[in-house]
Amino acid sequence: MNILIQIGKYFILLSKVFAKPEKQSVYYKQIVKEVHSLGLNSIGIVVIISAFMGAVITLQTAYNMENPMLPLYLIGLGCRDSMILEFSSTMIALILAGKVGSSIASELGTMRVTEQIDALEIMGVNSASYLILPKIIAAVFFNPILTIISIIVGVFGGWIAVLATGVVSSEYFIIGIQYAFIPFYVTYAMVKTVFFAFIITSVSSFHGYFVKGGSIEVGRASTKAVVYSSIVILLFNVILTQLLLS
Amino acid sequence: MIEAINISKSFGNLKVLDNISVKFDQGKTNLVIGQSGSGKTVFLKCLVGLFDPDEGSVMYDDIVFNKLPFKAKKKIRQKVGMMFQGGALFDSATVLENIMYPLDMFTQLSLQEKKERARFCLDRVDIKDAGHLFPAEISGGMQKRVALARAIALNPDYLFCDEPNSGLDPKTAILIDALIKEITEEFNMTTIVNTHDMNSVMEIGDKVVFIYQGRKSWEGSNKDILDSSNEDLNQFVFANNLAKQLKKMSSNT
Repeated sequence: MNILIQIGKYFILLSKVFAKPEKQSVYYKQIVKEVHSLGLNSIGIVVIISAFMGAVITLQTAYNMENPMLPLYLIGLGCRDSMILEFSSTMIALILAGKVGSSIASELGTMRVTEQIDALEIMGVNSASYLILPKIIAAVFFNPILTIISIIVGVFGGWIAVLATGVVSSEYFIIGIQYAFIPFYVTYAMVKTVFFAFIITSVSSFHGYFVKGGSIEVGRASTKAVVYSSIVILLFNVILTQLLLS
Repeated sequence: MIEAINISKSFGNLKVLDNISVKFDQGKTNLVIGQSGSGKTVFLKCLVGLFDPDEGSVMYDDIVFNKLPFKAKKKIRQKVGMMFQGGALFDSATVLENIMYPLDMFTQLSLQEKKERARFCLDRVDIKDAGHLFPAEISGGMQKRVALARAIALNPDYLFCDEPNSGLDPKTAILIDALIKEITEEFNMTTIVNTHDMNSVMEIGDKVVFIYQGRKSWEGSNKDILDSSNEDLNQFVFANNLAKQLKKMSSNT
């Protein structure tokens, strides 16, 4: 029963979030701020994780290809498709749920317990829309860029691993990453990324916005935001994969 | 003028406000006093619309505020300034940006005009050099002043202050009280202050409403308090020895 109440509250909050903004110019400024805070500040972690993950995928694929019948270019192909289909969209979304989700929930939670949200409401500002909508827009527009960066850096990381370890020649790897490329996989990754960006920002905002109490509750809300965002991402990963790839 | 008519509010089985009726006049500093947990913060939140009363009406001049639709309420709220107990300043913005925020949101002023208005408000609360600082970089007393400056930025008709003196030393508390009273008279606002600071009551209480266990127990001016025969009020106001002596002296003269 409680979960139904929470889902209901979530959708009521969304209806407030997507109400007409009071003053668009103020919202534009907020969106730019959020792109910086949620997007640009995440590039570093995305690059580091993607580079290492691309390298590991390449090495694991190489060490598991003992059968001489399998062509060596499959290592590059495996790295590319793993990055596009799953890692750069889903795994990066889960990592961002941790980084961005907890930050959103604690920011809004702190604003709630220090009465900053009440202050906005008393001024006549739609606090849900003012605080949450720019975050959603920023993430929905910028996370696909993070995914593209992740794909490129991941494949590059794989290539560096090939050069460093010699598990396969650079030529075979490059042939592999060009072989049988299906552009729709990128579309699939982008669609997933957009959904996941919405989930991360809206679910985390929901948990932060309705905090009651003090600093302990803000911490709990932050943890809940990460846990629930991750679960919903994994659920939608299955649903979207079935819908888009079947 | 703000008027509460038969306001009641419960949370679950707990009745926090019980049938409170009171009128707050324009141009006067109206104080709501009571012990912690007496319901005065809930009362204030009902007046500003953060809580909807279960029964009764909140009138802003001739308008029944609590029955208005969301959009109409928003319009009235633009005439309301509120100073929160903790200041409720936006951490990520400087002092000047905090004061400019309502101007950004609800006026068509140019950037220069907004800055001028914000500086005027800062000057009005005597901290004109703090504009570039962040809330975390200023003292509690200064935060209260900034909160007051932000509350008056849009030149509101109604000013609410929730425990403006909490956590302040007596000297700063007196300064904040004086500011609230001056600003109320200068801009002819209807000001309602929630407090349990007796200095404030005696200094600025044009009208004082005492809430006891969710009910209005007494109302009058700060001068009437000394002669009041209300037991609950006397126990609250004259709780310490110094105050008891004062009361004794007052009754002897």
